[in-house]
Amino acid sequence: MEALLSGLLSAPVFLAPKPWEDWSLFGEQVVLGLLTGALYALVALAIVLIYRSTDIINFAQSEMAMFGTFAMWSIWLSGVAFFSNPWVLLVLAGLFGLGLGAVVERVVIRPVEGKPVLTIVVVTLGLFLVLNSVATWIWAQGELPKSFPSPLSVLDSWDIGFASIPEHRVLIFAVGAGAMVLLGLLFNYTKVGLAMRATAQNPLAAQLMGINVGNMLTLGWALSGALGGIAGALIAPVVTLHPAFMLPVLLYSFAAAVLGGLNSVPGAVVGGFIIGVAENLLGTYTPHAILGPEMSLPLALMLLVAILLVRPTGLLGERTVRKV
Amino acid sequence: MLRLEGVTAAYGPIVALRGVSLEVEAGSVVTILGANGAGKTSTLRVISGLLRPQSGSVEFEGMAIDRLSPDQIVRLGIVQVPEGRQLFVNLTVRENLELGAYLRRDRAGIRQDLERVFSYFPILAERQRQAAGSLSGGEQQMLAIGRGLMARPRLLLLDEPSLGLAPLVTREIFRIIRAINEQEGITVLLVEQNARLALDIARKGYVLETGRVVLADLSENLRRNEEVRRSYLGY
Repeated sequence: MEALLSGLLSAPVFLAPKPWEDWSLFGEQVVLGLLTGALYALVALAIVLIYRSTDIINFAQSEMAMFGTFAMWSIWLSGVAFFSNPWVLLVLAGLFGLGLGAVVERVVIRPVEGKPVLTIVVVTLGLFLVLNSVATWIWAQGELPKSFPSPLSVLDSWDIGFASIPEHRVLIFAVGAGAMVLLGLLFNYTKVGLAMRATAQNPLAAQLMGINVGNMLTLGWALSGALGGIAGALIAPVVTLHPAFMLPVLLYSFAAAVLGGLNSVPGAVVGGFIIGVAENLLGTYTPHAILGPEMSLPLALMLLVAILLVRPTGLLGERTVRKV
Repeated sequence: MLRLEGVTAAYGPIVALRGVSLEVEAGSVVTILGANGAGKTSTLRVISGLLRPQSGSVEFEGMAIDRLSPDQIVRLGIVQVPEGRQLFVNLTVRENLELGAYLRRDRAGIRQDLERVFSYFPILAERQRQAAGSLSGGEQQMLAIGRGLMARPRLLLLDEPSLGLAPLVTREIFRIIRAINEQEGITVLLVEQNARLALDIARKGYVLETGRVVLADLSENLRRNEEVRRSYLGY
């Protein structure tokens, strides 16, 4: 009996490496987590950008990005030489997202502005379904998933001593970090950035300053759409393209945004990196019988619930006091 | 300069203004008195384009402005310092002042006006880098007025500048409002609960009751009016 039990427990599914047995593995997982975390940070930022200025959680964020990525896939296959360059596609994905975000705000969100939160939630869920169905209708004929090009190799890795990191993940990190830095500069060093922050904080006062609040909201949605679009084009080469490909990213990014504090821009970035690292470490160090790779998403969400029990506003979120 | 003619306005089913008419002459200080809920703030909201009148007209220098958006109205030089100050509390004092000049493009002029605001309110210069929310009530009111001045207004709408302030601070604020009017030639429309102070600096005043103008006269006459004395001056 005893032998049977110990034999069972030493079966591969119950075995997991321990961090202190191999620090370079630990280091590698942390680095990989940070690299993926940039992607979550990017989408979390897209969520926060909309939430802090309109109190709306855009559930259609993932599908807007998915739609844009499919559109890029179409023009990639259009045969025009210019569009066969993955760098060009990446930039265009951002621009497409920018336009889509602005259109969605003007056409879908503007009419329900000021309506109860639940109404708006249902509208964004509706948008989710519409975009998903339309994308399936247009693009999901024939074989799925479809492959999407990357400017760097998805298969090759760089050796940095203690870790070997896939080239494409470095790209995700670099582009993600670049986009975040640009956004930070926009917010902190430009007049329009200051106006956006002012609008997010006090729309009434912003109006009295002569700020066109409607334009600022459109701009917020546009920037959010751009971040989502870039994120979609960055991850598509890895996970391949199908109508639900952005959903896991959205869930992790929600977790990241809530963890960091839904109204905090730095919080979204920090939350993204924490979720990225946590996902990798949990996946590496928990025995598969207890937590298979398919359990890493629920586990991330459990982590989220645990943190929110302790700090409901998230790590860097501010408690907002609303005066009526 | 500014003329309201028979303005009615409502928040959904709740009627706020029932045919308000008033006139503000260029270069003057005019005050609107009245109890809570009389329609003082609603009048300012209509002028700033935050509340659409259902009927009546609002004219600024002969031009109808009741269909304009709030930012277009600021562009004309009508700037409101709202009730409860409505500062951007998480932004710095400096950023709040910069936002006051949001529609302006003349960098040199903005810098000049910043110095001017700091000369009126030296404490703001010291607290430039501090979050607006960390200021005391009086300092916040100073910042709200300073922010309004940064737009280089021609007509300044002040909504309850004395609200929640100690008497000494209130007097200081009113001294500066007078200076702004006399030295800069900025026309002021002042909504105020403290009728005594308001009638001291205003040339004329309107008394609102439940959305109607019930009295309109020069300040010296209002001060002598039996009704005003009893209801608003308390003697």
